[in-house]
Parts: sequence; structure tokens; C-alpha cells
Amino acid sequence: MSRTSTKLDSKKVNSELFTLTYGALVAQLLKDYENIEDVNKQLERMGYNMGIRLIEDFLARTGSGRCYDFRDTAEKIQTGFKIFLGITPTITNWSAAGDEFSLCFEANPLTEFVELPDHCLNLKYCNVLIGVLRGACEMVQMEIACWFVQDQLKNDNITELRVKFIKRLEDAIPAGED
Amino acid sequence: MRQQITDTKINSHISGEADECLFEYLHAEMVNYALNKSCKNKEGEEELSRLEWMGFSVGYRIIERLTREWNRFKDELDMIKFICTDFWSSLYHKQIDNLRTNHHGVYVLQDNSFRLLNKVGTNSNKQYLQESPRLLAFTCGLLRGSLANLGIISTVNAEISTLPSCKFHVQVQRI
Repeated sequence: MSRTSTKLDSKKVNSELFTLTYGALVAQLLKDYENIEDVNKQLERMGYNMGIRLIEDFLARTGSGRCYDFRDTAEKIQTGFKIFLGITPTITNWSAAGDEFSLCFEANPLTEFVELPDHCLNLKYCNVLIGVLRGACEMVQMEIACWFVQDQLKNDNITELRVKFIKRLEDAIPAGED
Repeated sequence: MRQQITDTKINSHISGEADECLFEYLHAEMVNYALNKSCKNKEGEEELSRLEWMGFSVGYRIIERLTREWNRFKDELDMIKFICTDFWSSLYHKQIDNLRTNHHGVYVLQDNSFRLLNKVGTNSNKQYLQESPRLLAFTCGLLRGSLANLGIISTVNAEISTLPSCKFHVQVQRI
């Protein structure tokens, strides 16, 4: 007797696996640390480690070269979200100097099954993204800072991630050579 | 217009593989974290219960979503078969290669090239054999959690003899 049910969609299951795994990790961190600030920090650190590896996948997959300017960077970050998470955040709110922009998410796969309880209001649930962006950009010699301005988990309409260009990192001289 | 052209090009790049590495990197970070947190016990064995627990909670939740539209399973073996085929292939992109059972609650699931071990080494390479078990703890928990939500209480162990193949031993606890 064969099953009538449809086959499992491997792609969808995979993204759910990622979402749920991330959730389990956050839950574990909340259990391990008393201080929510420490959880935020830890999430960012993990994101950073992921970002410095993820950038290689990104470059290999897109074959993109160096960024001409920060607007170009913004578009590439957007592409990155599309490739890895299947979402396309909108790029808005450019600062006059062109060194700051916002990424707005209407839906965020990371928070698909998530609700924040009251005692976790300081938790930056998606802090891993900040780490990923910082790590990835650092590997292409760009120092950036980013932070959340709005968060759907905290009852905002959208999730807004602000990205700011800090400086271009110069090629370092290998240790022991002057 | 230019934007559109680049967009379609990117679309064609997106294969099933796209977001796969995300899970792998996240998993790697979790392993790192769990190792940092644990202190080695007397026998020098690593304490991987954190990983196992995270796997358990993921397994417990994900199976609920996956089996939502499935017919009721006939029996225990039917559930294990589901785990070996559909469940495994949607999570790890291949089926379990070999399933053995003694028909008394012991199941051995063998995967000849397990996804999380694939890039660690091949047959002749023993370099990372000792460190590899830490990459299986999460999946052990995942199996245990999935079975738990299907109503099977079990213990799950893993064993590696040659990379990248591994065996999961599922021991069902009868009450």
C-alpha cells in the first residue's frame, strides 16, 4: 500500500531545520547565561564566525568582484540574503553621506515560529545576522557596524537593520616583515 | 532593467544547495560552543549533552511539522522506515543506506556518507577520526526527539569506524 501523502519538500524542510536549530541554540544560551546581554554577545560572536566562512560561499556562488562603492555593497548584501535565506530585504533610508543604510525585512525566516516572552525583551533574537554581516564584510576588507532599529518580535511592523560603513581595512603586512 | 537581468541570473544559481551551508555553519558554531562550555570528565570524554539536548528539541518539533499530513503509521518499524527514507532525505539529502534490526527494539541505521562528516575526511584519512563523534551528537538528539514525539522512547548512540560513514544505534525502551 503506497502512501497518499505528498513527498516532503527538501528545500522547505531544510529551512525549517535551520530555523528550529537556531531557536534551540537561543534557548540553550538563555539557559546557560543569566544575563541577556551575554546571550546577545554570544549570538553575535557565532554570527561573526559564520560570516567569515559564508563570504567564501557567497563569492564562489555569485562570482562577484570588489564593490565599487557602498551602494554596491548594499545590493550585494541584499543578494546574499536572497541566496542564503531566500528573502529580499528592501534597501532604504540612505544617509546623506551615503555611508549608512537600512535593510527592511517584512518576513524573517529566523523568527518564523518565534514569540518573545516578557522577560526576554532585551534579547536581540536575530543578533546572529549582525555578526554574519560584520564577519563577511571584514573578510572583504570593510569594517561596518550594524544594529537593529526595529524588530517585529517587539511589535514593530517591520524588522529594520541599520548598516554603517566605518572604514576600509588595509592589507596588513604579514607578521615578521617590514 | 539591469537589475532584472542580474536577478534572473542569480535565480538560476539557486539550487537546492543554496542555504544548505547555513545549517552546516550554524551546526559547527553550536559544536564549538558546546565544547567550550563543557569540561572534560575523568575518561577524557567530551561532554556533549548540550548538543544532544538541542538536537532533541529540534527533532521533537520538526517531526510534528513533517508528519502533519501523513497517514498514521502502522507500527514502530513503519516509523523507523519513515525516518530512514523521507525524513533523512529531506534533512540530509540522502536516505539511510542500511537499516538493521533484531526485531526486539534495537535498530541500526547506517549512513555511508553522512552529510556533516562528508567534508571531514574519506576512507584512508584517520586524521579527524577522534574528533568526529562530536559532529554526531546533535543528530543523535534529533533522532531521539523525533521518535519521542512519535511515541517511541529510546536512547540513540552513534559510532564511526571510517569517515564519512557512521552508524546510529537506536535502542527502544519498552515500558
